[in-house]
Amino acid sequence: MTTALSGVDLPARVEAAKARLDAHVREIVQWHFNPETGCPFWLEFAAGLGWDPRREIHGFEDLKRFPSFQDDWLRGGPVRRWAPKGLAHLPAFVFETGGTTGVPKSRLAMEDFRIDYEMFSETLPDRYFPRGANWLMLGPSGPRRLRLAVEHLCQHRGGICFCVDLDPRWVIKLIKRGAMDQLEAYKAHVIEQAVTLLHAGHEIRCLFTTPKLLEALAEELDNRGSGIRQVGITGIFAGGTEFTPQYTRFAMEELLGEGVYMTPTYGNTLMGLACSKPVTAADGYKISYYAPQPRAAIEVVSFDDPTRVVGYGETGRVRLTTLTRETFIPGFLERDEGEREPPYETYPWDGVSGVRPFRKLAASTTVGVY
Amino acid sequence: MLNLPILRWGRPYTSLEQDAVVHFMTGETLARVSQANTGLLGRDMRLAQRARDILTGIPIPELIEIMKKAGDLYLNGALPMGDGEQTPDDFARQQSASTGLPEHMCKANMKKNHFVLSNMDKILDALTRGLDLSILTRGYGVESRGVMVSYQAQSPVLGLVLPSNSPGVHTLWLPVIPMQIGLLLKPGPQEPWTPYRMAAAFFEAGVPREAIAIYPGLGDVGAEVVRRAGRSMIFGGTATVERYKGDPRVQVHGPGFSKILLGDDVVDDWEKYLDIMADSVYLNSGRGCINCSGIWASRHTREIAEALAERLGPVDVKPPEDPQASLAAFTVPGAAQAIWRIVESKLAEPGVEHMTAPFGPRLVTAERCGWLRPTVIHCDSPERGLANNEFMYPYVSVVECPQEQMLRKIGPTLVCSAVTGDAQWRRQLIDAHHIDRLNIGAIPTIRLDWLQPHEGNIVEFLFRPRAFQAAG
Repeated sequence: MTTALSGVDLPARVEAAKARLDAHVREIVQWHFNPETGCPFWLEFAAGLGWDPRREIHGFEDLKRFPSFQDDWLRGGPVRRWAPKGLAHLPAFVFETGGTTGVPKSRLAMEDFRIDYEMFSETLPDRYFPRGANWLMLGPSGPRRLRLAVEHLCQHRGGICFCVDLDPRWVIKLIKRGAMDQLEAYKAHVIEQAVTLLHAGHEIRCLFTTPKLLEALAEELDNRGSGIRQVGITGIFAGGTEFTPQYTRFAMEELLGEGVYMTPTYGNTLMGLACSKPVTAADGYKISYYAPQPRAAIEVVSFDDPTRVVGYGETGRVRLTTLTRETFIPGFLERDEGEREPPYETYPWDGVSGVRPFRKLAASTTVGVY
Repeated sequence: MLNLPILRWGRPYTSLEQDAVVHFMTGETLARVSQANTGLLGRDMRLAQRARDILTGIPIPELIEIMKKAGDLYLNGALPMGDGEQTPDDFARQQSASTGLPEHMCKANMKKNHFVLSNMDKILDALTRGLDLSILTRGYGVESRGVMVSYQAQSPVLGLVLPSNSPGVHTLWLPVIPMQIGLLLKPGPQEPWTPYRMAAAFFEAGVPREAIAIYPGLGDVGAEVVRRAGRSMIFGGTATVERYKGDPRVQVHGPGFSKILLGDDVVDDWEKYLDIMADSVYLNSGRGCINCSGIWASRHTREIAEALAERLGPVDVKPPEDPQASLAAFTVPGAAQAIWRIVESKLAEPGVEHMTAPFGPRLVTAERCGWLRPTVIHCDSPERGLANNEFMYPYVSVVECPQEQMLRKIGPTLVCSAVTGDAQWRRQLIDAHHIDRLNIGAIPTIRLDWLQPHEGNIVEFLFRPRAFQAAG
């Protein structure tokens, strides 16, 4: 903690970031609770509050006056109740999360996924993610935001994105059913498509994938006497709570080899994308994530009292706030836990490390399935 | 405190993720065990064939001698253990401290393992029915009766997903290395001691390090072991048994539901068999799948239950280092309470009687653990909810059931000791497919003949007999 806080003018940058966040909160609250621009859900919600968010929310801390956001609010329609009137002229997408049982959670989106991934693009080193390079999206497809977002990231950087189909809901069903042979067959089917594309002369240099698929891809390439580096991949953008320090070390030391850069990320359909502080052997492959503030903010809060942020280095549940003109989600309790990380030069606001499934939900949740 | 690394075919690897093995009473950390990730295991499986190749370079008789030496080292030696050293007394203390088994039982298990290693030649001779063991190495050969036979190894290594709570099971995998098959071990989180000590003894005695791998971890690592190994053995509950049922690559060891059946011809003399009944239920803290959890007879069942309750009911908890301690602790917090809740919830059923109730509460709890004192239940019918259960402590149901219905009602039974002279019933018992180990006569369920197979012959599991011809 002392290292992270000891940088030149860091306290000033932390203050500036906080002021920027507070200003952004005011702007977003004005937008979402204005009858001219807000969405039906929040306008109706405000009517029942007994206080006016536009008058009484002055900064991020004031958002605690809202009750915790319930993810069930995102289940079911009509989906247009989430469409801000001020953005009614834009074409809308709907992205879904979860959905193995019952009605999936939906998020309406217009431009957010593009903005989030363009911001993320600025964090990618050109040496390993060359401008103009083609990408392979080896991750969940269908109604997931990730599918379009990665393709946009690739296009934003001047490349063309190849994709495969991957239905994580089917994967979860197979796991729950104990149909491990079918699971393996499905994984092999996905990997075979990826290997075929990588060997088809498309000059693919960059890859989005998940820990399990990266392992499976590396193994299949190895079986064919090749490897991740040998097929030309130099940059890997990956995500998932399975990105433990041990997994990252294993991947860097044994799957990737010299000349391949991997950046773990933490994100979901609701939040966007949290970037990782560079992961190094010297730092024990520790992975610390920082949200794209002020568009989203991560807090690590007490398990018992979700309004209380824990101390630096202490463990708590991840609480997410999304603050864009398309989406306002205050204080959403994620299904993950981790340790609170201090601000540092690049991201002068709180982060979270050691992200893993929330212990009270872990036993009943199937994670890291693709 | 010891630090135990992953063993990647003999090569130590310290993981960034560690699991603490703690003393069940004091909470003291006994060891920090490196945790494997599934990818690491998958990657290392590329070297599985090397284990077999190296082992086939050592003649089986030589490996048998190495086993005998390893047995002595395991029982008596100070052996390297992670970043430290471990004496036999350390081992018994540590194993007791994390599994809850009394120390003298841990020492008795060491002797059992030593016995198996010391008698490996006889065991392999029995399990292979006197086969010239070089045929396993070569894959084919002419038997002494002049017939060509061939045995094909089905996997270069055997995967083992081992339990935390039953150190007695390790004898099952000891014959694997002398059959020139490598070992891929996933220890139970509370019982890393036997796999690591046995590996240290094997290495010290001359087994090549490349023949043994140990990957501690959680359930995902266990599943990966089973997925990756051509043959594996897994220990678990009924759910595990169901999951792998019918998979020829997997030998599943689950609950035993072992039983003693008293025939109509002997049941009037039931008192003569009280010792074998009590021993079968109670020895080794009732923790094994070979411990008896059901005594079935057509009459006198209440008297039998009463007599057993008088014998076992007063048994109480003693400290693990006490040579008289006979009850193992449940070291997973809340486990003893959860088991007792299951038993208690079924006691109200008409026809069910808790015979040990007069001897005080069965559930004993401490800050970090719990014990269950011996429990004898009487059921007036096999249909009662408590008639056919197994709970990993000295628990037995004495069940009233007409002899002619018993074989239909007992369900899968690992060890059946049937006390009877009734020739027709003996024939039916011999033919019953749901009985694995059959003892005819007054033999405790826990008495094993090491020269006989347990839940399948491991030689037949690892080697497939097939046709083989060679010209010229």
